[in-house]
Amino acid sequence: MDILGKRKIWYTISLVVIIIGLLFMVFKGLNFGIDFQGGTLLEFKFDNKVTNEEVRNILAELDFAKDAVVQQSEEGGIQGVLIRTKELSPEQIVEIEDALTAEYPSTETLRTDMIWPTIGQELRVKALWALVMASIAIIIYISIRFEFRFAIVAIITLLHDVLITLGLFAILGREINTPFVAALLTIIGYSINDTIVIFDRIRENMKLMQRTPFIELANKAVVDTLPRSINTSITTLITILAIYFFGGASIKTFMLALFIGMFAGTYSSIFIASPLLVTWKNKFAS
Amino acid sequence: MRYRQKRILKLAFIVAIILSSYLLYHFYGINLGLDLRGGSHIVLQAQPTEQREIDNDVMEGIQNIIERRVNSLGMSDVTVQREGRDRIIVELPAVDNPNEAMEVIGRTAVLSFRNSHGDILMTGEVVANAEADRDQYSRPVVSFELTSQGSQKFEAITRQYMGQKIGIYLDEELLTNPTVQSVIKGRGQITGYETMESAQSHAILIKEGALPVPVEAIQAKSVGPTLGEISIRKSIVAGLFGLIVVGIYMIFYYRFPGILAAVVLAIYGFLLLGTLAGLRAVLTLPGIAGLILSIGMAVDANIIIFERIKDERRSGKTLRASIDTGFKRAYTTIIDANVTTLITAFILAYFTSGTVRGFAITLGIGVLVSMFTAFFVTRNVIDLFTNTKLLNNSAAFGLKRGQ
Repeated sequence: MDILGKRKIWYTISLVVIIIGLLFMVFKGLNFGIDFQGGTLLEFKFDNKVTNEEVRNILAELDFAKDAVVQQSEEGGIQGVLIRTKELSPEQIVEIEDALTAEYPSTETLRTDMIWPTIGQELRVKALWALVMASIAIIIYISIRFEFRFAIVAIITLLHDVLITLGLFAILGREINTPFVAALLTIIGYSINDTIVIFDRIRENMKLMQRTPFIELANKAVVDTLPRSINTSITTLITILAIYFFGGASIKTFMLALFIGMFAGTYSSIFIASPLLVTWKNKFAS
Repeated sequence: MRYRQKRILKLAFIVAIILSSYLLYHFYGINLGLDLRGGSHIVLQAQPTEQREIDNDVMEGIQNIIERRVNSLGMSDVTVQREGRDRIIVELPAVDNPNEAMEVIGRTAVLSFRNSHGDILMTGEVVANAEADRDQYSRPVVSFELTSQGSQKFEAITRQYMGQKIGIYLDEELLTNPTVQSVIKGRGQITGYETMESAQSHAILIKEGALPVPVEAIQAKSVGPTLGEISIRKSIVAGLFGLIVVGIYMIFYYRFPGILAAVVLAIYGFLLLGTLAGLRAVLTLPGIAGLILSIGMAVDANIIIFERIKDERRSGKTLRASIDTGFKRAYTTIIDANVTTLITAFILAYFTSGTVRGFAITLGIGVLVSMFTAFFVTRNVIDLFTNTKLLNNSAAFGLKRGQ
């Protein structure tokens, strides 16, 4: 099986997906949730069906909640609504609760989530910093255990997986929230793990097959580790799908991100990482 | 005979770690985060005023008062802690009306008595005690007692404003606007409450005193017990389903060693729960994600080992030799792959907070436990069966006949 020889095809597939994703990110934008932008999210449950319109009418009476967006509750099987609006004080949230309870005595607050934009800003900065630090640490570790070029390629592969996940979220218009950030980090952890396993085999082959051209020994490494790559991603993807279908609504976005990212991660460790090593070698050899 | 003894020792080792994990889990249990068990998390930020900068004293004062308020609400299992320079984090267990509790906790709560022009005549420091009560018509009220200094002051005020209205304000909220009908000394009542609960929450604010500076809730998150329960039930079902399907897949692909891998996975589950319990780690919804990833890595470690053993078998080595070399060669792969993940987890845990941190910590613990499992448990479990037909079978490890 010649995987590395056809590397231009794999690069093209990835580039097309990434570019489409980037175009969506630029022109449509990412759907940042309240964790990043600030705002309030309230979820209520009632004993009987209450329409979004009825809730909207109640909110219209309150000055600060006039512009609230009212949607069907995310948790299936529950008669409820989801209210999104700008950041409110606890007093104002209680006012909304009181107004709803006055009309529907069975009102139960499932969850409240209020966050100021400043916190979202901090979260973004912190998460980004942590990622930069982690990347540097990974580069150092891989450079010591392998070679510098393995480290750079590993980081490019990570970037590839993150961009594809972000791009698909832009295309699908799904919300970017804190669990999504955790999902991205999981993807990074998985992707690096996956890539290293193949790199490890290449490193071994470099020792055992010193006369063989790099592209051949690298290709052999990719093909030899293929059963492992496939088995591992199948078992992981099964778990993710199980949680996607059985888990609660709040975890669905998270699982979708994981699914996309893990898929991209498996693809990139086979079709992007090792081919990039070959490309690098060719560029610097000539 | 020596081989037999070794085998018994190995079995004892495996039983011992399962047992100790179970005991840890039994005695400590798993701490669930508020998104799973229900509860509230509020971040309050102190706002400096013209009179008062934010310093350590101010923050300690706020923390004390908030702790007292929480206690007066009769809640147990509450944490109030400082974060950074000007923030206080309050975590409450699941209660029926978390938002009302948050409102009481975060109120600045300056009680003031004002005349009809809005001039402040007296403020709440002179209040010695306040409690919810009922007046002669059985309406809920807050009755308060003044200090001796306050009594004198209030006597003078009521004398001056006889027949006029004096408004009683909590912050900028007018609670009641009674007309002074007699000179009042030590005791008074605030009327105008619809329920005993609202009178109670005001009594707490008045009695425990005002915060030195106003605080703003910059983040408030609460999950009702219903939602927490739904999330945890769904997560357990999903997790079990995932584990079972993965187990079946491993058995289907690797045959007898697959069964061993499934057993190892179950042991890994025990170990992980025991470790999380022992370390008193808090499990949140993103934390579960970290666990799933680490389960994936634990399975992966077994797959790497099995594939290596298979390679060695193909090259014609005996089973014993294949297992030895297979493990040896798999070690470096597993270490390099997991160390990079551990680096990411530790850096995230160190530099971030909240959700992301919880995720990183569980991931880190999960990866460490999965490495331990791969190196010690898988090895011992496989060794238990090396001399049996089950592992010598040519189909074991997914080898095809004739390979």
